[in-house]
Amino acid sequence: MLTVDNLEKTYDSGDRALKGVSFEVSGNEIVAIIGPSGAGKSTLVRSINRLTEPTGGRISLDDTEVTGLEKSALRDVRRDMGMIFQEFNLVERLTVMENILSGRLGYLSTWNAFRRNFPPEDIRRAREILSRVNLEGVENNRADELSGGQRQRVGIARAVIQRPKILLADEPTSALDPDTSREVMSLLTDIAHEDDIPIIINIHEVDLAVDYADRIIGLSDGEIVFNGPPDDLDQAARDEIYRGGESIADREEPSAGNSTDADDVIAERGD
Amino acid sequence: MAAESGSTVEGSWERPTVFYNKKVKYLIYGLILLFFAYSFWNLRISPSRFVRGIGAGVELITSMLPPAYTPSQRELLIQGIVESIVMTIVATTIGIIVSVPVAIMASNNLSPKPVYYVGRSIVAVTRSLHELIVAIIMVKAVGFGPLAGVLALAFKTIGFFAKLLAEEIEDIDRGQMEAITAAGGTPVQTYLYGVLPQVMPRIVGLSIYRLDINLRHSTVVGIVGAGGIGITLLNSFDKYDYQFSMAIIAVIVAIVMVGEGVSALARRRIQ
Amino acid sequence: MSNSTDSWSRFDRRERLLRFFGLLAGLVILVAAWRAMEVNYGYAVTAPRELADLFGRMYPPNVGYSRKIVGPLLETINISILGTALAIVMAIPVAFLGASNTTPNKPAYLLGKFIISFTRSVNVIIWALIFVVIFGPGALAGVLAISIRSIGFTAKLIAEAIEEIDRGSVEAVTAAGASPVDVLIYSIVPQIKPAFISVATLRWDINVRASTIIGFVGAGGIGVPLQTEINYFNWEAVLTILISILGLVLISEGISAYLRKKVM
Repeated sequence: MLTVDNLEKTYDSGDRALKGVSFEVSGNEIVAIIGPSGAGKSTLVRSINRLTEPTGGRISLDDTEVTGLEKSALRDVRRDMGMIFQEFNLVERLTVMENILSGRLGYLSTWNAFRRNFPPEDIRRAREILSRVNLEGVENNRADELSGGQRQRVGIARAVIQRPKILLADEPTSALDPDTSREVMSLLTDIAHEDDIPIIINIHEVDLAVDYADRIIGLSDGEIVFNGPPDDLDQAARDEIYRGGESIADREEPSAGNSTDADDVIAERGD
Repeated sequence: MAAESGSTVEGSWERPTVFYNKKVKYLIYGLILLFFAYSFWNLRISPSRFVRGIGAGVELITSMLPPAYTPSQRELLIQGIVESIVMTIVATTIGIIVSVPVAIMASNNLSPKPVYYVGRSIVAVTRSLHELIVAIIMVKAVGFGPLAGVLALAFKTIGFFAKLLAEEIEDIDRGQMEAITAAGGTPVQTYLYGVLPQVMPRIVGLSIYRLDINLRHSTVVGIVGAGGIGITLLNSFDKYDYQFSMAIIAVIVAIVMVGEGVSALARRRIQ
Repeated sequence: MSNSTDSWSRFDRRERLLRFFGLLAGLVILVAAWRAMEVNYGYAVTAPRELADLFGRMYPPNVGYSRKIVGPLLETINISILGTALAIVMAIPVAFLGASNTTPNKPAYLLGKFIISFTRSVNVIIWALIFVVIFGPGALAGVLAISIRSIGFTAKLIAEAIEEIDRGSVEAVTAAGASPVDVLIYSIVPQIKPAFISVATLRWDINVRASTIIGFVGAGGIGVPLQTEINYFNWEAVLTILISILGLVLISEGISAYLRKKVM
């Protein structure tokens, strides 16, 4: 179970990206975080495994407090958190197999890592997971020979082989076309359910969030303004998240339909 | 599981190697190791010789510091540096002027095959011989002094400049040349309007770069008698006047570093 | 800028003046430099004739002599390979120091940059002179001179490659809980491998050329017999040596180009 307590992040530029964010994630929930650009979604997800260092608040995974840990203890905790990235972040020149196995580096000594001496158990699991993400047969291909959707599936495999307690996905579908995005979302949610682990997905396509998530967290300007099931996400709630509470009718300018245009919000606020 | 040869869900995996197979890889590594061992033995470096060398090294360094020169030595130093700088300017200019026609000859899009081969051969020969070798030959031909150095540096400049310029010429857009010819331009006009503007930035950049390189070389061709500060340096070593040697080296390094700085700055401003 | 609509010139008045004075200044510098050289025009005029005379005496090359230079040629190759290998070993830490994304702190970064700049500024012949004084004449001095000189070039290019790596995969491996060394092995090294091999072969190619002449100051290689033959005016032997050097350089260039293409 993940507990986020009053999380704060102020960047060096003075930009206050997260203003006291608190929530919990447990069981095998699929939690989607939505919100306009600049709301702090990415900062939030990346703060959980401290790729971005929070400036205040606490994060706990089961009984371990993540925020206070020293380097080597932090590495141990990161092994329990599998992360999936928007740009896939594979090592392009290495093979698919090596990329997947790199998820187990936290368990391997340096010498063995150099010699690529992974335990047979890991290699077996790597192949099973490859099959699970529908990528049989490419284990010896270089990562840069794959399509975008395939690469993201390798990224997912890399996260899964860690046997994580929680999955974190930072805009996993933004670099993919709509059909592939749905495949990836299905895959992620299936895995979360099958392995009985929670997953936090930072996503900006609200439709995908509504279709796949068990719970939605709406972030606006660094604060949580919505935290509930997708069914509760009505138009008022969406307005709250994306327009700071003003509906289309309230706005003076004519608009082009029901689009949640973040740029308009920014122009509205005079940013 | 898909039936790819060898991919049973077993616990072993080999990293594909760029060599034919693993045996070849180890064979080649072994040969390389053997070669190094042989070369090393060939050098006849005994530990005692090395240790004596370290001692001699320390002795040399202490005798080199502090760098010093007498008033008459200062005269020599200034004269030498000025001569080196002067040689650089003249040699680079001559070299560039001669390079341009050679570059045109060595471009496969502007010259017929036989001319192209002649051009390429000129480039190859001028690039293969080290500037000191060329300098010695020039000294034998035209006598000691800066003229030999200038000829040697100009010779090397041709190789450098013509090769890079030819590569640039081969990359130009032929359409621009065709347009001039189609409008009724003479061959010279076609070059002037259709080729020159495209390669001009490269010419300027390369000229600055080559000036810098020639400055470095001009400080050492004197060692074989081709003018510049090199001969003063050699004499100081022969006379065991190591403090003067150090002074000369310090001045050379300073001049070269300044030249490099100016060159980098100028080239960046051109971009 | 010209205001009337029926006249146009490529540069306006101010630019024209600047270009004119720039050209004038350039010419003045050139002429001043030429005159400062105090060229003996007598020599300059006879230069073509002297060169032709020289080449006449060189040709035909003394083929029988080629047997004697096999040893020095091999030594030249040895020096170039050992020198380059040693340089690479020394350049790797310097490269990590001089790369803005892997250097621990500012002074380390500046130190790296300084080492790179300094070793590139001193010519290999000067290093050879120094090492001959320290270790005595022979190939050892040559190897050391070549290696020290190569550090700057090699480290600079490797540092550039390090700075250009994609940070995303570094982050991903870190997020899985890998130690910094593991990150180095798994994410940084694979990314700089092509550049590394490319730089190594390129520098070796340049070092072959340098190895041919360090013999002039006694640091081993084919430069030693070359200087001897020149001093004794054995021009046919000189031509033989020159041809062999040409061949050696062309072969090394070919190998270097081939390896670099394979790595891409």
